[in-house]
Amino acid sequence: MAAELVAGKTVVSTTINGEPLEIVCEPRESLLEVLRDTLHLTGAKEGCNNGNCGACNVILDGRLVNSCCVLAVEVKDGEITTIEGLATAEGLHPVQEAFLEGAALQCGICTPGFIVSTKALLDKNPNPTETEIRYWLAGNLCRCTGYDKIVRAVQAAAKNLSGGN
Amino acid sequence: MAVTRSEPIKTGDFDVIGTSPVRHDGVDKVTGRANYGADIHLPGMTHGLVLRSPHAHANIRSIDTSKAEALAGVVAVITGADFPDPGEHMTKAGEGGAQSIINKSADILARGKVHYQGHPVVAVAAKDLPTAEAALALIEVDYEVLPTVMTVQEAIADGAPIIMAELRTDEDGAELEGETNISEHSVSEEGDLGAGFAEADVIIEAEFNTSTVHQGFIEPMNGTAWWREDGTVDIWGSSQGHFGIRGEVSDLLLIPVSKVRVMAMEIGGGFGGKTTSYLEPLAAVLSRKSGRPVKMTMTREEVLKATGPTPGTWEKVKLGMRKDGKITAAHVILYFEAGGFPGSVLGAGVITALSPYALENQRVDGYEVLVNKSHTGAYRAPGATMSEYAVETVVEEACEKLGLDSMEVRLMNASKEGDMRVDGLPFPKMGTVETTQAIKDSDHWKTPLAPAAEPHLKRGRGLASGYWMNGGGMSSAQAIVNEDGTVTLREGSMDIGGTRTSIAMQLAETLGIAIEDVHPVVPNTDSIAFTGITGGSRTTYATGYAAHLAAEEVLEKMVAGMAQVWDVGKEDVDYENASFAAGEESATFKEAAALLDDANLLVTGSSSIAPNRPGPAIAVQLVDVEVDTETGKVEILRYTAAQDAGIAIYPPYVEGQIQGGVVQGIGWALNEEYWFDDDGRMRNSSLLDYRMPTAPDVPMIETIIVEVPNPGHPYGVRGVGEVPIVPPPAAIANAIYDAIGIRMRELPMSPARVVAALEKAKNGAG
Repeated sequence: MAAELVAGKTVVSTTINGEPLEIVCEPRESLLEVLRDTLHLTGAKEGCNNGNCGACNVILDGRLVNSCCVLAVEVKDGEITTIEGLATAEGLHPVQEAFLEGAALQCGICTPGFIVSTKALLDKNPNPTETEIRYWLAGNLCRCTGYDKIVRAVQAAAKNLSGGN
Repeated sequence: MAVTRSEPIKTGDFDVIGTSPVRHDGVDKVTGRANYGADIHLPGMTHGLVLRSPHAHANIRSIDTSKAEALAGVVAVITGADFPDPGEHMTKAGEGGAQSIINKSADILARGKVHYQGHPVVAVAAKDLPTAEAALALIEVDYEVLPTVMTVQEAIADGAPIIMAELRTDEDGAELEGETNISEHSVSEEGDLGAGFAEADVIIEAEFNTSTVHQGFIEPMNGTAWWREDGTVDIWGSSQGHFGIRGEVSDLLLIPVSKVRVMAMEIGGGFGGKTTSYLEPLAAVLSRKSGRPVKMTMTREEVLKATGPTPGTWEKVKLGMRKDGKITAAHVILYFEAGGFPGSVLGAGVITALSPYALENQRVDGYEVLVNKSHTGAYRAPGATMSEYAVETVVEEACEKLGLDSMEVRLMNASKEGDMRVDGLPFPKMGTVETTQAIKDSDHWKTPLAPAAEPHLKRGRGLASGYWMNGGGMSSAQAIVNEDGTVTLREGSMDIGGTRTSIAMQLAETLGIAIEDVHPVVPNTDSIAFTGITGGSRTTYATGYAAHLAAEEVLEKMVAGMAQVWDVGKEDVDYENASFAAGEESATFKEAAALLDDANLLVTGSSSIAPNRPGPAIAVQLVDVEVDTETGKVEILRYTAAQDAGIAIYPPYVEGQIQGGVVQGIGWALNEEYWFDDDGRMRNSSLLDYRMPTAPDVPMIETIIVEVPNPGHPYGVRGVGEVPIVPPPAAIANAIYDAIGIRMRELPMSPARVVAALEKAKNGAG
């Protein structure tokens, strides 16, 4: 279905965390603005609004993106996973567990971005080396932890997800 | 993580302290559910923006807001004229020293003059952000642009442009006559410098410059206010101390503190930069004027240009050493940028500069100088990183000149209990020797540095120490025993990185219950007694102390209650091993809670205290670097950080503080700096160009927790958050010297500076 204009706004059909929905947005609005301000999915954070900090990371059609750098109209027919979509009724996602158990967060503002980024990494590369982890996470800034415990949490999550091998 | 404890603090092991439970707020933070200031949505909410000065120094001839006010959708426009004259007194909030409330008010919204690029001039609230942006574009400000001063050297030069005509130098307590940019000159001196230098076999004199750097928290400043018709106002924001924000809003707007309620939102990093208000008072006035809730958030550019940063400095060190390694005298002169208004972290820089050492003859001169930058603020061990960087490299240089092992020199000169600090206060018990020894005993120290793989790569090892005095201050905690024996802990410290748990662990330890049975919360300012900011490494120490006292009161009341339940005398009831007992009767903590509930005996305990023996923190760090002599890039190969934590209450988070502090220090050492053009405009106001360390920039950070219990705390706690940022610049500078034989006396030691230093050395030698 072609996007239709409604009083200067566009209706965009998309899927967020498995739920199909229509977003009504202005063409200028970023995906991050729509997630936070329209849908009240405030787990994605705004740290810089120009793609440098990774706090707004979401997965769009299997690809890690900075939602501040994606226009909402671009997600038409897309599949989006946000931090809110990781835990289920059965409990936390193994990456979330690993961050908790490994004390891999302090203030927590960058944590949703790191966790989403880590999920995207492990989806592609289930057994990354420390160097691969560090370079993958280069787009996520953390000012509290010095990255040590984050890298270890990613290693622990990789191990847990691949059945302890 | 290794832990070495110098002595047992009390007989028997702890049950809760020293364990690693999952933090209470953890699930909310890994699921994105935790609420930070910018996550707030209120009914009828409007959005505020700030028109900021494009000039670093200018007089405001006129402001015309009429077109903005006429724009449909704009609900309020305010200028400095909308703020009352607050009267002269000092603000209490903030770690960066007190500030005149008149200056604070003029910093929040300019009065006739702008002191830095990004200085707020007008604030607007509108139905949405695009309307607010359009309104800003309609505001006309007529500026008379003035020449700028961007460094302390420029600002103290003869004939320098004056930033504040009314400013007079506070010369060690006396006011000097005449216009100046020097707001303060302090002198701290012990002993006889002349005699000390006369005794020295080598005297090193060196000058240092350090760049302005930012705290770099990932959550930008934000402030939301909702003013009610009855004159009360609710505030949401991002602050290290919600009581501090309450106090500033009250002081700036001349309303009672009881009319200001500040919510305890989660806070996305602060590091000293969120100890004062920026947007909250603007949002409050916009809300009062419009009758609507007003939300304001800063862009990253605004954060970098107009909040924090921490001062750039110019420093001079003269240090004398005897052949046997004894430091006979030291004189440090510090020039700290204050930014566009007086008030800075100079005092802490003065106190810390020489404090890793016991010195009989010492002097520190401190100058605070106004420059056309945002008013500077605290940044993790504020002032210490710069001042100790200079001293710690000079100590190494003196050791090198005398052919001495600096490890032994550090141990010989280490500051100990009873030695005199430069401001005339004796040091309390602290672990300078133990922490230095821990590095000496480390695997890192004992493992020789392997050679580099290529001839253009040079490796070196560096050592440095750091001292931070730690803070005490006012803290409040209240424990509520629930009917099932779980305990709700209300505590007043904003939790910036796990302190809900480190405070709850002290309560659980005293009560003898499991940490999982304590539910800690940080209530809003109406719902707990005053508690100072989370800063000065004070929170686990002071608020933990309050929680311990609240727990003691709970136990006292439970013993009395059980005496009533069992119909025995209070003195007949014992509480041991988490069980109440009297004769044949006994009850676990949970059973007792149920029995007391049945008897309508509700138990709470509370404490509001200001403990004043925080016990200094000491960090000693060792780093291996590899310098690429072609590109100037410095790679961190290995890093080991030892620190005296007193007693580590919550070890993974003690370790996290050390690792985080070290990496911030690495950024300060190697990359971070403010770049300005000739007109004082910041050139690198994004997180791409203001280059903080990323994951690939650093290795794992090895930690050694040393435990020299602090006698000023029931569990021996010392604050741990700040001191780990102090040694990295000096340790890395010393390692670079070891690698390439050049003393780096300017921060950051960026690739360009390293290449320039190598070129200069080559040309000098050739």
